[in-house]
Amino acid sequence: MSAVGSARSQGMVGCHACRLLVGLSSGASAGAVCPRCRAPLHSRKVNSIRRCWALLFGAAILYIPANVLPIMTTKYLGNSEPDTIMSGVLFLLEDEWPLALVVFVASIVVPLLKLVVLGYLLYSVQSGSSWRALDRTRLYRIAEAIGRWSMVDIYVVTILVALVRLDQLASVDAEIGVVFFGAVVVLTILAAQSFDPRLIWDRMEESNG
Amino acid sequence: MSEELVACHDCDLIHRIGGHAEGTSGRCSRCGALLFHAKRNSIERTLALTIAGVVLYLVANSLPFLSFDIQGRVTETTLVSGIRELWGENMFSLSGLVFLTAVLAPGAQLALLAYVLVPLYFGRMPWNLHLALRLLGWLQPWSMMEVFLIGILVALVKLGDMAEIVPGLAIWSLAVLIVVLAWATVSLDNRALWRRVPVAST
Repeated sequence: MSAVGSARSQGMVGCHACRLLVGLSSGASAGAVCPRCRAPLHSRKVNSIRRCWALLFGAAILYIPANVLPIMTTKYLGNSEPDTIMSGVLFLLEDEWPLALVVFVASIVVPLLKLVVLGYLLYSVQSGSSWRALDRTRLYRIAEAIGRWSMVDIYVVTILVALVRLDQLASVDAEIGVVFFGAVVVLTILAAQSFDPRLIWDRMEESNG
Repeated sequence: MSEELVACHDCDLIHRIGGHAEGTSGRCSRCGALLFHAKRNSIERTLALTIAGVVLYLVANSLPFLSFDIQGRVTETTLVSGIRELWGENMFSLSGLVFLTAVLAPGAQLALLAYVLVPLYFGRMPWNLHLALRLLGWLQPWSMMEVFLIGILVALVKLGDMAEIVPGLAIWSLAVLIVVLAWATVSLDNRALWRRVPVAST
């Protein structure tokens, strides 16, 4: 196995869907499709930086109501108690701290970490940094992989709503906070998908000449 | 064995990789991303796991996975009933998100795997293989059953003080299904499947 420069420097494009390496004759890049899987060919993800920033900003704004507003209300024996994401974690802390830790990491740390990491990666690419490209690529892989775990709280609300529905005796209702939270999770997943880690390496090649 | 050029999907570096011997794999020399991994008996193994997965999926979706007993009154819930309740509370987007990630995406993954692998096992080409493979690639990040299982655990603990919770058969099939589906995804040899799709000459 040997390496021979980047696909872009050789006038080629690796298909993002089937990974076929396609040579582009000059000028054919706009609207070209992969000859094997017919996916549109792009040397780099389209508008990667702008799209990723936009999704991140959206997620950052919605992160606030997602954490401040209640995600569900529990009615039990006449008492009505709203729950935010944080109060749900504190409740679990009382008798099952490992599970509290899982929910805390999944619901609060992971979305925040994704916002910070992707924001930093975008900034580093825009400022033309060539600092520790390998570590930044690893950071991206982590940000991309952990996003799905934020769905835990959404599933918890779904299950509780379905299970606890005995009108006067006990019931759980979903509240608007969980909708904001779902939007945060989806936007950060889309933001991670729209970032192109190859941009990190493009700067390296430019600075190496 | 023929040599092939592959560009790393994380850093765009071109590699010349030779040989498609089963069990071999290669990583990018610059960023360490997995370039290829030729799996052993990929079609047979993944097909067996897919068939098991389909059976488990049907069980997990048709039987209740939790029943909730509070002072003698029992409610039961299936995967779909929570989604229906959310829909009933006018939380359409959320209901759709849960449906996509916990029901539709895993189900579609299994259906597409069967669609691709059954004909190949019998030596035929599935119709529009390239579309099926692209759809599989698109679905994978949205299939989140393993996260759903953690959600069930959290819900169990939260309700522990309030009532008696009885895990149903569906919870066990869901747990096994998660392992089976993850294993099927790992044993699938994407590169070998893509090599069967003809490249149009331009």
